[in-house]
Amino acid sequence: MALQSLDIVRRSATTTPAPQARGAHSGQVAKLIDVTKCIGCKACQVACMEWNDLRDEVGHCSGHFDNPPDLGGQSWTIMKFAEHEHADGSLEWLIRKDGCMHCADPGCLKACPSPGAIVQYANGIVDFHEENCIGCGYCVTGCPFDVPRISKHDRKAYKCTLCSDRVAVGQEPACVKTCPTGAIVFGSKEDMHEHAAERIEDLKSRGYANAGLYDPAGVGGTHVMYVLHHADQPELYSGLPKNPVISPFVSLWKGAAKPLGLLAIAATAFAGFLHYIGIGPNRTDEHDEREAEREAQRLRAEEHP
Amino acid sequence: MNREHDREIVRYRAPTRINHWIVAISFVLAALSGLALFHPALFPLASLFGGGPWTRILHPFIGVVMVVAFVLLAARMWRDNRIDARDRAWLRNVGDVIHNREENLPEVGRFNGGQKLLFWVLVTCVLVLLLSGLVIWRAYFSQWFPIGAIRLSAVAHALFGLILVCSIIVHIYAAIWVKGSLRAMTEGKVSYGWAWRHHRAWFREVVSARRRAD
Ligand code: HEM
Ligand code: SF4
Repeated sequence: MALQSLDIVRRSATTTPAPQARGAHSGQVAKLIDVTKCIGCKACQVACMEWNDLRDEVGHCSGHFDNPPDLGGQSWTIMKFAEHEHADGSLEWLIRKDGCMHCADPGCLKACPSPGAIVQYANGIVDFHEENCIGCGYCVTGCPFDVPRISKHDRKAYKCTLCSDRVAVGQEPACVKTCPTGAIVFGSKEDMHEHAAERIEDLKSRGYANAGLYDPAGVGGTHVMYVLHHADQPELYSGLPKNPVISPFVSLWKGAAKPLGLLAIAATAFAGFLHYIGIGPNRTDEHDEREAEREAQRLRAEEHP
Repeated sequence: MNREHDREIVRYRAPTRINHWIVAISFVLAALSGLALFHPALFPLASLFGGGPWTRILHPFIGVVMVVAFVLLAARMWRDNRIDARDRAWLRNVGDVIHNREENLPEVGRFNGGQKLLFWVLVTCVLVLLLSGLVIWRAYFSQWFPIGAIRLSAVAHALFGLILVCSIIVHIYAAIWVKGSLRAMTEGKVSYGWAWRHHRAWFREVVSARRRAD
């Protein structure tokens, strides 16, 4: 980030407020991905590569349409194709654009040990500042959606930025701009909720009784949301978690353990100090030396009478 | 100094001492680099190692050096650290220990109950730190483990690292508290009086030549 941001509401490994004079007064942003409109053309993948100047290595076909097969340092969004067979034997192709969900309560940011490597802007975008990234991979451990990837080339963590650079100057993300079916839309979170409600109503009228919005409360809601035809079974969409939350292990590790750990270290050292000034050292004195010598002579006499 | 005071016992031979200080130095480096990643308030410690990325790169290698050196040291001391009834009695009377009233305590062999307890705490910590450390070593090993194992290992690594740091603070303090101990680990020798006062059973064994120093 070349420009100074004054709208940082959260900053990794930082215990004092970040510069946040600028608020999101026109509302927080959100990207809405309507899975039911997606045709799997991957134009968004290409737009992401173009705008961000990313070129992943050409890999191998892994037997399905996922290409590349996984997110990576050079692939910040990928289409995941799931062939779902219904109980009645009919087949449905569930295609989901995978990438960072921009959680309101981001596990990556919580886990990150490097000050300022991950920030959350007032508008809701969670962004990695790779120049501060140390490559430890704690964000991968913290993310409930398995999104960040450590690049094999520079050992920095990468993921979708929600085109924070474009959004900062009033443009929509590159994937939104390019989507030919209008499956990806972008705007204020409020507007996206409204838009989603219309879409869901339409889907319900067409027989998708379980159509719904994916904006999981376990992570405080997300700034990337999905309209799903089967919102009751998000797992069908290549393992989208049903109730994502920051793992309790991560919460313990990055929560209570930190202050209590420092306290334990300080208390142990202080206890030693108090013992030294209160009770004092344990010294070997003349008496011990004399007794020891007497004992030694006795023992030697026993050995060599 | 009168004649009696020249009488000394070798407590740790040079190989043991060198081994110990390799453990101690690598421990301090591993602890400082680990603490830098543990709490934001301690992140500045990363500059001692050349910044965040270098701290992340170096910490696990330093840890492995510490573990290998510790295993060698522990192997030398293993047989002297079995906890028996006498040690349990010693530990029950920890109040007398703290108040320097050693005359009330059962006789102590090469190591006392507290040292033995510390020994087993260290063995446990080092083992857990090694295993959990490998799981969270992103550059080489994490890809072989499921995310649940990585998350559990991250907490375990932090927790047992803290226990180790606190235990070593106690250990270092013991060396400051019990005068004459530090020389055992630097020059290798203790006075007759020191051995008689703190490790009487061991003193008898050594003086009557029933065992030699390690
Ligand atoms: C700078 C840090 C350290 C200092 C000043 C220190 C000092 C000492 C001293 C004075 C002794 C001799 C005690 C005696 O003869 O009764 C000793 C023994 C020993 N040290 Fe350390 N040490 C340090 C770090 C470590 C670390 C990191 C470990 C292992 C992780 C360790 C493991 C041991 C063990 C197992 C013994 C023998 C048993 C005992 O005396 O408790 N030391 N150390
Ligand atoms: S999806 Fe993962 S990487 Fe994205 S904000 Fe949430 S925790 Fe962070």
